[in-house]
Amino acid sequence: MNPFMITLVLVLISIAIAIIRVLLGPTVPDRVVGMDTINTLVIAGMVLFGAATKDIIYIDVAIVYALLSYVTTLFIAKYLEGGKI
Amino acid sequence: MIWEIIYICLGIGVAFNVLASIGLLRFPDVYTRLHAGTKCTTFGSIFICMAVVIYGLWRWHDGEKQMIALAIHSFFALIAILLTNPTGAHAIARAAHRSGIKPAKAIVDDLEGKND
Repeated sequence: MNPFMITLVLVLISIAIAIIRVLLGPTVPDRVVGMDTINTLVIAGMVLFGAATKDIIYIDVAIVYALLSYVTTLFIAKYLEGGKI
Repeated sequence: MIWEIIYICLGIGVAFNVLASIGLLRFPDVYTRLHAGTKCTTFGSIFICMAVVIYGLWRWHDGEKQMIALAIHSFFALIAILLTNPTGAHAIARAAHRSGIKPAKAIVDDLEGKND
């Protein structure tokens, strides 16, 4: 079996563990940290899937996802500070 | 030989990613969860992207001409992770401290009253 696909399955398992923290998290920053972790793991999973299927479009999607999730994280952090956006 | 290097990079990367999610589940407050959830995933994802870059360069060297695009685009994904992830972690930590969350079991808070 393709080693990239096996690694992808393990990354998906760790995404499932991080979703538990997003559901449990007692405060809002806990959930934000969980979502940030899930974003990074999804980027790694997209790169792995692109390598496993030798399809380059998934890696382009991963780059755009990385930049957009960064903007989202900064937006939520600014909102939590209570400042004007 | 090349496969062993790829296996080692993938093993380091996936071990750090799984440990990051376990630490995210186990640590007591938001600041320690930030340590687990952002630093470990940055390190692990860098190693996973490096494995894909090595694989793409190796396939390109063996004659598959379109695989150089895989290597270059994975390298740009690595750069994007490396630039954006620590900055986002810093923003979350600052927002958590300014919204009034105290560290669990902390005795001294050096940032007390320095919110400007």
